[in-house]
Amino acid sequence: MYSEKVMDHFKNPRNVGEVKDYHGKGEMGSTRCGDTMVLTIKVGEGEVIEDVKFQTFGCAAAIASSSMMTEMVLGKTIQEALAMTNNHVAEALGGLPAPKMHCSNLAADALHKAIEDYLKRKEAAAS
Amino acid sequence: MRKVYMDNGATTQVDEQVLEAMLPFYRELFGNPSSLHSFGREVKKALEEAREKAALAINARPEEIYFTSGGTEADNLAVQGVARALKKKGNHIITSAVEHHAVLDVCKAMEEEGFKVTFLPVDEYGMVSPEAFREAVTEETILASIMLANNEVGTLQPIEEISAITREKGIVLHTDAVQAIGNIPVDVGQLGVDLLSLAAHKFNGPKGVGALYVRRGTQVNKVTYGGGQEKKVRPGTENIPGIVGLGKAIELATADVPGKAAHLTFLRDKLIQGLMKIGDVKLNGHPEKRLPGNANLSFAFVEGESLLLSLDMKGVAASSGSACTSGSLEPSHVLLAMGMPHETAHGSLRFSLGKYNTEEDVDYVLEVLPEIVERLRSMSPVARRGKQG
Ligand SMILES: Cc1ncc(COP(=O)(O)O)c(C=O)c1O
Ligand code: FES
Repeated sequence: MYSEKVMDHFKNPRNVGEVKDYHGKGEMGSTRCGDTMVLTIKVGEGEVIEDVKFQTFGCAAAIASSSMMTEMVLGKTIQEALAMTNNHVAEALGGLPAPKMHCSNLAADALHKAIEDYLKRKEAAAS
Repeated sequence: MRKVYMDNGATTQVDEQVLEAMLPFYRELFGNPSSLHSFGREVKKALEEAREKAALAINARPEEIYFTSGGTEADNLAVQGVARALKKKGNHIITSAVEHHAVLDVCKAMEEEGFKVTFLPVDEYGMVSPEAFREAVTEETILASIMLANNEVGTLQPIEEISAITREKGIVLHTDAVQAIGNIPVDVGQLGVDLLSLAAHKFNGPKGVGALYVRRGTQVNKVTYGGGQEKKVRPGTENIPGIVGLGKAIELATADVPGKAAHLTFLRDKLIQGLMKIGDVKLNGHPEKRLPGNANLSFAFVEGESLLLSLDMKGVAASSGSACTSGSLEPSHVLLAMGMPHETAHGSLRFSLGKYNTEEDVDYVLEVLPEIVERLRSMSPVARRGKQG
């Protein structure tokens, strides 16, 4: 039922854990299944995401989406990252079964939240 | 890679002897049992022999056995057939919240036909209370359907206590014994039930064939219309190879129930004890009153589908009460009815042992599963929070 890409990311998830001294943190829970994801990012010069890590309590699709997403945003600017949607993640994984699309939402939403958190902290530091 | 099949609650491997018994009926013995000629007659004989074997296995009379296409059809025929036959007497049906969908959903459909249905709650072990059953009975109650053994958590229901009530009150009692046959003793006289469903593929027989036991004198309206087979209650040319397979399988499965149960109980308890050592693991279902081959466990902080897929990668087949596998996102209605929170229901696994499982199989699962749980927990944000208190 899952693509090889999904199984690969499920078996060998990239960037698991929590970034040390992170600049932004996003947490998302799915209201549909109760699964949860926490994402931390470190943003460097030129607003480039230079480190990203995730923790996920969820199904294989959720774990694979989280892992895929971290690979996709690493080295991207936060503007580029904000443009990323769950469809991008699902596509990069070679597609997800229909009832599993919401699992990739978790990843994109947590990412957006982490960036928001980063921007808020930056604003607070500046003022 | 080692392959370990521990999903016997889903289906079982066909016994070689069963297959041998079936094969001639796909080859030279191809007649239609309703035919008068010799081709038909010899097949008719096999049909009636299978009926005798099924009857003998559950202490019924051959004329009380109706062959069906499986457990689902037997359940449907029982509930729809009895409810409609007794419509003039009353309109109330009692069932439980933990029934298989083959009973649960047909009961819901009966509500649309104007019947009132009580879905009895269960305790934390998944058990129906006979007292609550008694309280649910009204003047209108005509039928009750309570399963003998639960397919997910393995809990055995107090059917004898419930049948004492239904007999006293003149209520027809059906039980879904699909998971029970071959694993625990099943005797329709002792159970005191009026109807009982069974399915061959759960006791090393073929798929797509089952039976409904109907106590003599119990009225059942047909659900399917057609020819005269199965006394017109279940018309259609019989699945003869399947029925012969069911007969052989039930004969083998009930030849030594205590012996098989002892083997399964030993394996099950070793598995449960070994897995409990992982920590933050809970056994679901009743600690003693459970199917000998059923081990249903919840692993806190991890999700069932991830566990299942990881086990599958190691060659181990189990199943999950988790929503994420089934396409529907709701966790198991059985675990929720037992009062389990969504999160825990999500991380549950069912190992269902069968007669071909060995101690080596159990040892292998005990070798690979702790690492899997450890790996998934290390990825889980919930686990960290849990540890922090
Ligand atoms: C308790 C119970 N009832 C009914 C069924 C349905 O049986 P079948 O798949 O043979 O229709 C099953 C099998 O999953 C079951 O476990
Ligand atoms: S994240 Fe819940 S089903 Fe996939």
